[in-house]
Amino acid sequence: MFLKHFYSTDHKIIGLLYGFTSLFFLLVGFSLVVLIRWQLAYPGEPVPYVGGLLGAANAPGGVILPEFYNQLGAMHGTIMVFLGVVPLAVGAFGNYLIPLQIGAPDMAFPRLNLASYWFYFVGGAIMLGSFLVPGGAANNGWTSYPPLSDLAPGNGQTWWLAGMLCLIFSSLLGALNFITTIVQLRAPGMTWFRLPFFVWAQFVTAFLLLLAFPALQAAALLQGMDRLAGTSFFLPSGLAVSGQPLDVAGGGNALLWQHLFWFLGHPEVYVLILPGMGIVAEVITNNTRKPLWGYRLMVYSLFVLGFLSFVVWAHHMFLTGMGTVISAFFQATTMIISIPSVVILSSLILSLYGGSIRFTTPMLFALAFLPMFGIGGLTGLPLGLATTDIPLHDTNYVVGHFHYLVAPGTIFALFAGIYHWFPRMTGGRMMNDTLGRIHFVGSLICMNVIFLPMFVQGLAGVNRRLWDGGAVYAHAQEVLSLNIPMSMAAFGLAFFQLFFIVNLFLSLRGPRTVTDNPWGATTLEWQTGPVAALRVYRDPYEYSVPGEPTDFLPQNVGPAPRSGPAE
Amino acid sequence: MMEWLGLPPAASAHAAGVDQTMVLVHALMAVLFVGWTIFFTYVLIRFRRTAHRDASYHGLRGRWSTVIEGAVLVAEVALLVFFSVPLWSARVDAFPPEAQSTVVRVVAEQFAWNVHYPGADGRFGRTSLELLGPSNPLGLDRTDPAGRDDITTINQLNLPVNRPVIVHLSSKDMVHSFALPQMRVKQDAIPGIAQPVWFTPTATGRWEIACSQLCGLGHYRMRGFYTIQSPTEYEAWLASEAALIATP
Amino acid sequence: MHIPYTTDVRPDTGLTNPKLGIWLFLASEVMLFGSLFSAYALLRSGSTSWPDQSAVLSVPFATLNTVILISSSITMVLAWVAAKAGELRRFRLFMGLTLVLGAAFMVVKAIEYNDKFSHGLLPSTDNFLGLYFTMTGVHAIHVLVGMVVNAYLLWPGSAMFRSDSVRFTNRVEIAGIYWHFVDVVWIFLFPVLYLL
Ligand code: HEA
Ligand code: HEA
Ligand code: CUA
Ligand SMILES: [Cu+2]
Repeated sequence: MFLKHFYSTDHKIIGLLYGFTSLFFLLVGFSLVVLIRWQLAYPGEPVPYVGGLLGAANAPGGVILPEFYNQLGAMHGTIMVFLGVVPLAVGAFGNYLIPLQIGAPDMAFPRLNLASYWFYFVGGAIMLGSFLVPGGAANNGWTSYPPLSDLAPGNGQTWWLAGMLCLIFSSLLGALNFITTIVQLRAPGMTWFRLPFFVWAQFVTAFLLLLAFPALQAAALLQGMDRLAGTSFFLPSGLAVSGQPLDVAGGGNALLWQHLFWFLGHPEVYVLILPGMGIVAEVITNNTRKPLWGYRLMVYSLFVLGFLSFVVWAHHMFLTGMGTVISAFFQATTMIISIPSVVILSSLILSLYGGSIRFTTPMLFALAFLPMFGIGGLTGLPLGLATTDIPLHDTNYVVGHFHYLVAPGTIFALFAGIYHWFPRMTGGRMMNDTLGRIHFVGSLICMNVIFLPMFVQGLAGVNRRLWDGGAVYAHAQEVLSLNIPMSMAAFGLAFFQLFFIVNLFLSLRGPRTVTDNPWGATTLEWQTGPVAALRVYRDPYEYSVPGEPTDFLPQNVGPAPRSGPAE
Repeated sequence: MMEWLGLPPAASAHAAGVDQTMVLVHALMAVLFVGWTIFFTYVLIRFRRTAHRDASYHGLRGRWSTVIEGAVLVAEVALLVFFSVPLWSARVDAFPPEAQSTVVRVVAEQFAWNVHYPGADGRFGRTSLELLGPSNPLGLDRTDPAGRDDITTINQLNLPVNRPVIVHLSSKDMVHSFALPQMRVKQDAIPGIAQPVWFTPTATGRWEIACSQLCGLGHYRMRGFYTIQSPTEYEAWLASEAALIATP
Repeated sequence: MHIPYTTDVRPDTGLTNPKLGIWLFLASEVMLFGSLFSAYALLRSGSTSWPDQSAVLSVPFATLNTVILISSSITMVLAWVAAKAGELRRFRLFMGLTLVLGAAFMVVKAIEYNDKFSHGLLPSTDNFLGLYFTMTGVHAIHVLVGMVVNAYLLWPGSAMFRSDSVRFTNRVEIAGIYWHFVDVVWIFLFPVLYLL
């Protein structure tokens, strides 16, 4: 029966549940942004085809109202980050692959794992449902800065808080499960430095989730009190809204929220990227047929990155009035944290050197990840220097910066992962290669046409989160027309995703054409045989070992008899 | 390179420093990106499956990448220590004396910029929540002797050129962000916190004040203007405003 | 599916899964309460007027609750010892006592809340009361969760005492670690909210 999958505690089933749910949310997040892009290119013109379906309160006559635009922005950010990318990268890939890659029978706490999925599901349902409450969904940015979010009319923001609490709880359960599983359930012989890089990336990610998310949990509770019980944790004295003094006790601090939010928010961005880096490392080693270059250094870099990500949060707050010493501290940590990223990226690129590179569809996505992450990461540097952040803060430059990291960055890594592990997850079915290549080329071009002009606009001083894309501002006029090709590319991007969706569903029902290990991979998830009998003998990426008959030696293959007796 | 970046025209004393740092960071980024892209492209072509059937187990020998990583760190630290931190400290620590500056208050609200000049006596009048009203968005107490000659405007900030300006920034309701692109000035206006900003305009002109922080449905249209005038024009403007108060 | 190291210790890490799991969970709880305490510190240090806390709140009630909660930690340990020794009746006794003490704590808390409400002291009155209600409220929810777990171990869960006593004792231990944590949080809350 189909329904039984919804209460299975098998990590593979839960992983797939996470996978399909998060793909659905990615689609939702993308649909919202298509509306955003329409509005930015043609502000005030009715949305074609679907305009009438948006509801008179949101888009009378199909024209998106500013209130609704802000809902779209806030919910796009929230859905993409918390309901799309993280659940796919961590919930789906992590759940599916970690036990397989370390040779464990399942997660350490299978029932907790299922609970984690259901909290995610409920959180997602609350977020989606919030579009239907009077006043609509939260519309105060995904960052929900108070007093705006505290005082926002309607219930959308309250629903957002409730949804976030569910999602946080889900992540906490997931994270402690992942860590326990990795620490405790490694198969015999699977020593720490034989773990695939993907597992390391998930391990550090889980620590980030476990220790950073509670800050937002606390913040959401406090904001919930402000909204429901009339406290004023984030409301200073002397507020006047719409010309009327506000009747609250006051004495709060609007910046408290920002500190708590970014204490989560910055580690969260590494949560968005680390699993992606893990996937890319797996795909690259497999398709270059050689070991990962600088494996240990990469692992150490992960730890430095994870650790430092807790002490850079205020680089999002340079312009809130920061003195020299504090700003110098956060600038310095921000510059230092870029180094482990550079190390990981360099190692991934250098891993290509001397390889025998197969340009499979997953490999194309993984390769494109590298320069795209490069652009996104490098544009983080001028933001990380407080002085150059002055003109750039809250402009489209920032939007360009992080989209290069999350869209052609993480999303590409996730696509690479889907194409790569599809045969493993479906028992020998392959995704169509031609459709995959069209999907790749189309997405790569469109993504760049959308996000590259954002830097141009940002440098010219065009702010983000503007309903009309900056049309009222004189300084924006020169770069305003870029919005049209950008939006066209966004619609094109949607078109090219059809190749993916069709491919995915067709391939799911397609014939089983390949063997257990179609890519000739070394890691355990591709090896068959009972888990209980698993034993690990070697490093994760033993490709092209000199003198061996095959160009890959799976981790569970013992030393050849000539180099000594087995075991 | 300055032109390539397409920053708005710069018209303040510290703008050159900001722009120079901006150019240097982008130069560093460009070098890294171009360098890596060349290497990347070379490797993809040189080591494609058809040209290189057997992968090398050891791959690249040598640790020259460590040198590059070290160089990146050195470059970043140099940018930080020699450019960003000193420039920043000049912004937030080295305020000019108020007596030698033009001092104004700017109070942000949904969705307008209220400007408050101290008037001839150089003292800001008392403001209070009770006095808020449609015609008195600042809640300025005109009965306060210091407030009698105060000049207030909405969405229009006039300033004299070549004299330091100190803006005392605050907000009545939400978090806004006070951006003067041509001055290379941006500062969040946070309710409950009075935050000073200073800069010295070096060219005359009329530009826009932009709100950079999402502050509600009218965020996109929370635009003001600022006019940098010659001292004589500025004095004349002040006098005409003062005359308006004297004859209500 | 059999998951290894649920009851037996993994030799190279020296841990069982639930033990590691609960410590990780508590690490995240530390961050949660740490964030709330930081919020308290920031709001208090930034405030112009902060009420005299011990005058607003009732120190005797809180002292009583401190004693109750510490005692419940002791009975919790005794319950675990009894479970380990295989004495089901003694386990029932001490676990029951722990539960009763937990309930007593909640009752005192309810009286205290009610007392505040009836004097018009609400979360919205000022930030101190807001924080007081939020922080003790979050703590009370933790007490409640602990009580549910303890009640489960006391009645339906104790069937495992016969079927798999090692596992059952481990469960009691885990519940105990959580319960002690809740106790420790209160020991921080008490001086910070009532005395300082
Ligand atoms: C995946 C997510 C992700 C990642 C990894 C990063 C990484 C970094 N981020 Fe970013 N950031 C975000 C997501 C991310 N960020 C988001 C979502 C926001 C905005 C939130 C909001 O306000 O809504 C933001 C905002 C943001 C700000 C605030 C800007 C502002 O509001 O004014 C700052 C400031 O310091 C910053 C800095 C950095 C830095 C220095 C890094 C560094 O870690 C980057 C280091 C990487 C490199 C330096 C690249 C090295 C690579 C190469 C050298 C190889 C090149 C390769 C080839 C060419 C093949 N980010
Ligand atoms: C992980 C995070 C993430 C991702 C992936 C994206 C992806 C995209 N984003 Fe998003 N964005 C944010 C996070 C993200 N964004 C955040 C945090 C903000 C700030 C919000 C705020 O202001 O508060 C923002 C804001 C933002 C804006 C600015 C709005 C404004 O300032 O007013 C714009 C404008 O163009 C934009 C565009 C896009 C586009 C075109 C994509 C595209 O890349 C989308 C591509 C999507 C896909 C490729 C999905 C593919 C998946 C499928 C097709 C699923 C298939 C389904 C099945 C098989 C069932 N985003
Ligand atoms: Cu004011 Cu945006
Ligand atoms: Cu950050």
